[in-house]
Amino acid sequence: MRSIFKTSAAALAAATMLSGAAYADGHGVSGPLRIFSDMSNPAPRAVMEGMVERFTEANPGVEVELVITDREAWKTQIRNVLQSGTADIVNWYAGNRMAPYVEAGLFMDISDLWEEGGLTETLASTQGSMTMDDGIWGVPYTYYQWGVYYREDIFAELGLEAPTTWEEELSNCQAIVDSGRSCYTIGTQFLWTAGGWFDYLNMRTNGYDFHMELTAGEVPWTDDRVRATFENWQTLIDMGAFIDDHQSYSWQEALPFMVNGEATAYLMGNFAVAPLREAGLSDDQLGFYQFPQIDASIEPGEDAPTDTFHIAANAENVEAAEAFLLFVASAENQTLINNGDNLGQLPVNSQAGVDDDEFLNAGFDMLSNNAGGGIAQFFDRDAPAEMAQVAMQGFQQFMVDPSTLDQVLQILEGARQRIY
Amino acid sequence: MASVTTNPPITAATPTPRAPGPRRFSQQTIAPWLFLLPAFLFFATYVLVPIVQSFYISLYEWNGLYSPEYRAVEGSGLTDQACAELGNRAGREEGCELTGDTVWNAEYVGMENYANLYSDPFFWTSLKNNVIWLLLYFLAIPGGLFIALFLNQKVFGMRLYKSLFFFPFVLSQVVVGLVFSWFMLPGADEGLLNVILGWFGMGPVNILGNNNTATYGIIAAGLWPQTAYCMILYLTGLNAVDPEQIEAARLDGAKGPKMLWYVVLPQLWPATFIAIVVTVIGALRSFDLITIMTNGGPGFYNTSVLAFYMYDVALSEFGFRMGYGSAIAVILFLIMMVYIAGFLWKMWRDEKA
Repeated sequence: MRSIFKTSAAALAAATMLSGAAYADGHGVSGPLRIFSDMSNPAPRAVMEGMVERFTEANPGVEVELVITDREAWKTQIRNVLQSGTADIVNWYAGNRMAPYVEAGLFMDISDLWEEGGLTETLASTQGSMTMDDGIWGVPYTYYQWGVYYREDIFAELGLEAPTTWEEELSNCQAIVDSGRSCYTIGTQFLWTAGGWFDYLNMRTNGYDFHMELTAGEVPWTDDRVRATFENWQTLIDMGAFIDDHQSYSWQEALPFMVNGEATAYLMGNFAVAPLREAGLSDDQLGFYQFPQIDASIEPGEDAPTDTFHIAANAENVEAAEAFLLFVASAENQTLINNGDNLGQLPVNSQAGVDDDEFLNAGFDMLSNNAGGGIAQFFDRDAPAEMAQVAMQGFQQFMVDPSTLDQVLQILEGARQRIY
Repeated sequence: MASVTTNPPITAATPTPRAPGPRRFSQQTIAPWLFLLPAFLFFATYVLVPIVQSFYISLYEWNGLYSPEYRAVEGSGLTDQACAELGNRAGREEGCELTGDTVWNAEYVGMENYANLYSDPFFWTSLKNNVIWLLLYFLAIPGGLFIALFLNQKVFGMRLYKSLFFFPFVLSQVVVGLVFSWFMLPGADEGLLNVILGWFGMGPVNILGNNNTATYGIIAAGLWPQTAYCMILYLTGLNAVDPEQIEAARLDGAKGPKMLWYVVLPQLWPATFIAIVVTVIGALRSFDLITIMTNGGPGFYNTSVLAFYMYDVALSEFGFRMGYGSAIAVILFLIMMVYIAGFLWKMWRDEKA
């Protein structure tokens, strides 16, 4: 099972990190390497293909067989691929989303690779979210901040500043509603967008640690602190902060409300910037602020979902797979693939450079200096799959009809007792 | 078919009388079985065996994943048993190696999945929606009949009209779902429905976003192609209606609804029967429309049916409860068995007659 890699690990790792080319001669890896990727959107696809190209240039002995699957479809197809043993490397997500595959022994534990490849230092910020059952199960290649993207021009027109406290947030929102607009656009048809709102409201109301206890099933959903989170949420709903009929829209379908100025802000991941720019919003019109504090005594926690590569437990070419993971994790590669021309996201490697982009800089600064509470993955990656499913349905139900809160919390508590 | 035909009934060509040798006898016995064999094999592999498997899996708690199997490397001092007990750690243990096989790690729970189903509100929501689907889907039959009667006349270009009416059935259900969800988009100037309502000073309504109306909105979308299907069945049925009987009835003074009810409809019974069958199947197949139009929502499975709920708990992005999903599948199967048994009984009775 253990690869030959082990003996020369340190040397190889160093070589890869410094320069891919030096790796090619001498103890180069070889053979077929089968990669199943979910990077199917145009920009990520180009990044994936580029990575394979550069990797095979440095390692001419490796013949990469790359299969790119639709990102949504991959969420269910990964099961078949991992079990059938047709892949050496697969894409997935950090946090609890790994749990089913880690528990079933379908991912390979690569703690040794982290240790010997120096990843425990360069990727230290995400080591926690890649760790489970005392093992480390993959390497991250990118992550992105969540936060509030807003229409700077409309804020200026109404004489508003980006809020930092809950009071400012509420008074801002009241002014926006009074001007005939909604404060926030959101599309909850596919549920997860409501999960983002819950993450932030709960982390701001009760703190990061409580949020983690809740997603780990250690706190009942009927707890008063959870109710406090929902009360804050209801304050926004009652004042008409969210657009109508959000349950009928996907997150993309909710974008035009912001572009047309019918809504002034969007709590979203940084991937929303690209479509907003494409829709014609200039950087003068588009701004970013961190989700405001609700309780000033609580250190802010942030969502920053991490996307990852894993080696399948039944991989045939472990050696080449490990070399590829080191290549992906290297500072040089992460700087390149995350820049504005490629993924437009944040590199995980601490030695990598962040591209000079307004939103990437803001996100990088926020996550490095102003996320003292801790960094969460996202509701559906922190909570177990079944809990995430039913809870996000509950969030949507609550947003549509806040009067059903008691019933929602009962159902979630029932689910918690069954699942954990 | 009950209609009078002038042609003698076609039967299998009787073999010319020849001395029946033993070889000939065996050929006649075996040949039908040989022809049936491929179909039977496929039917067994893709229908019968999975049904039995569903029953079996429904007694287990299983997340749908097989784990790779490990065995001890010779001379490592470990046993196969020890490697198996290491679970997801075996990969890190030098003394264990992959066998290339997989392990089924499910836990036997007896009837627990069924007991949980009984107390699961979402199961009952889904079942209730299934019943609504079945009842309302039958509107496709009179609807199809009406359109067929309307189109069954000789007018220039009638073939074009017929094919236009039939068109929705050719579309994929996914496309139908998309078109209808756009049609019913909320907001006064987005969906065509709200625009039309606006002309009369009504609306806007959000049919698919409202717990009380969403299921009906999806059924409306499903009825569009289903009505077209029933229409085509009735159109072919109308071709087979005996003109002499119509003539005779007309001489006796029958017309309008009476003619339809006493003369035409009885002759359309075979078409009606098929229409009922395909409509029930269509109602139970509603999964794709629900996925496209509401994704089971809004809220907790408000537009879900049993097939959707089964998929969602067992196979979807967050679904890892294979045993529970199988239990739902078994219940759905038993419900359908009632209908299938009735159908088989009727076929058997007809053939005897």
